Amino acid sequence: MPVPFSHVSDAYDVIVIGSGLGGLTSANRLAYCGHKVLLLEYHHKLGGLAAWFKRRGHIFDVSLHGFPFGMVKTCKKYWNREIMNSIVQLKKIVFDNPQFSLQTTFDRQDFTAILNERFRIPQQTIDRFFETVSSMNFYDDRTMTTRELFEQFFPGRTDVHRLLMEPITYANGSTLDDPAITYGIVFSNFMNRGVFTFEGGTDRLIGLMTAELEKNGVTICTRSKVEHIIVEKGRVRGVEVNGRTIAARAVVSNSGITNTIDNLTDHKAFSESFLEKASAIRVNNSSCQVYIGIEKGQHIPDIGDLLFTSTAPEFDSQELLDLHTRSKTFSLYYPKTRPGHNRYTIVASMNSRYEDWKNLTDEQYAGEKRQLIERTISDLDRYLPGVKAKIDWIEAATPRTFNHYTLHTSGTSFGTKFEGLDISRSIFKEVGGLFHVGSVGIIMSGWLGAINYGVIVANDADGYLRSLNG
Amino acid sequence: MTREDIKTLILEIIQDIDDEADFDNLDPGKPLRDQLDLDSMDFLDIVMELRKRHQLQIPEADYPHLATLNSCVDYLEPLLKDA
Repeated sequence: MPVPFSHVSDAYDVIVIGSGLGGLTSANRLAYCGHKVLLLEYHHKLGGLAAWFKRRGHIFDVSLHGFPFGMVKTCKKYWNREIMNSIVQLKKIVFDNPQFSLQTTFDRQDFTAILNERFRIPQQTIDRFFETVSSMNFYDDRTMTTRELFEQFFPGRTDVHRLLMEPITYANGSTLDDPAITYGIVFSNFMNRGVFTFEGGTDRLIGLMTAELEKNGVTICTRSKVEHIIVEKGRVRGVEVNGRTIAARAVVSNSGITNTIDNLTDHKAFSESFLEKASAIRVNNSSCQVYIGIEKGQHIPDIGDLLFTSTAPEFDSQELLDLHTRSKTFSLYYPKTRPGHNRYTIVASMNSRYEDWKNLTDEQYAGEKRQLIERTISDLDRYLPGVKAKIDWIEAATPRTFNHYTLHTSGTSFGTKFEGLDISRSIFKEVGGLFHVGSVGIIMSGWLGAINYGVIVANDADGYLRSLNG
Repeated sequence: MTREDIKTLILEIIQDIDDEADFDNLDPGKPLRDQLDLDSMDFLDIVMELRKRHQLQIPEADYPHLATLNSCVDYLEPLLKDA
């Protein structure tokens, strides 16, 4: 359990600010390396966007929608076997839109068959496409966009583009105009073996991670909002939090990269050229979600685990972001999600722009939220006729909600665009001992990306701390 | 450390990363990545483990030296001569 703030010591080797999956993982790795670690979280719960909340006996998962198989190895190496053993496959991925309706296990074998038999793409083209995307690395050429990649292999085939792109847009907020590598790396990760989830839900995962951190000696303190990162003579000295100064030789910020630079650190600590590059970082889009609880005792049939639905004629990155988008995914949580907790919940997710929501009056805001809920119920009714009568809880989250709970700039739910990666990777060259971990560059996002990035950054921080020891 | 010790050390670290790793047919002159299904995260683990166990700081530019078992030994031998 997190400790009261009064139990926190005056000095640590390293302080981790924020407890998203990246921050949790960095803290765990640094403790494993033998450092004295303090983890500070402003919210009363750990997990960052790996969040859940309870309403009328329902438990809603905010970002547990499916991750790649690579999560198994990652959890085994950087967490523990109990966490690894709770990873299970989601076998029924459904697409439904005016261009096609189909069901898939979302892996290379099944996608190859679908592309070949249903979309009549020659086997050779499919193989070449898969070879191209699976050999992509983040340091590769980044001038080619995803749109150009698709046009190269499947010219004019907007139906194929939709099949390939739609799920990834929901997974990492990328668009057809982002670098193709941000698409290829994430898509290949999924195509390896399909889509997986965590049995027991987000609450169980974060509970197991918290226990592991405590076992490894990490001091955890919630409701602790860091006000300032202290930098002296080009090096990190600690943080100011809840009116106290806590000393540390290194700080790993799992706050957003833009927050870290603009709100937590004095700009004087950075060079002008660094600040100029940092000011060009574009944050990714935010999201809207509608959380639906099915009344206790009622049940719904198995219509799939993840439904990518749209009534828009073609895939269009802008349409997906529209305030009134006709595209959304439904994540279905059957009793198998939380064995023993015999409930059904459904979460509808849409991509959304903070700018569209931030200036609405209270009345307009409430009205848009109501409409969002109504559109969601009527879309869901196509797959679950009469579902409205079974719902006993429904509420919506908007980009404003995401901003409120995560403090992310513009409520981004997918971190930053590609340029954020360079800044995140080079911040410690500007200020000795200051590291950043979090969703950056599109590829370091999602549950798997966040955890792996936590390991990469912990390696940097460990190298720095050990260099101080001589 | 002798060359043999270093070889044992590397294989021990890889075994910790992947307890199912099979070294029986390992060709020390060929890339570890291809033979043992290691990814870039696994190589990072090797770097971190060498730092933890032997206080070795391996700069990112030197990671390519860890490609094969032989190149690991060549690279680490002078660094671990007093270990």
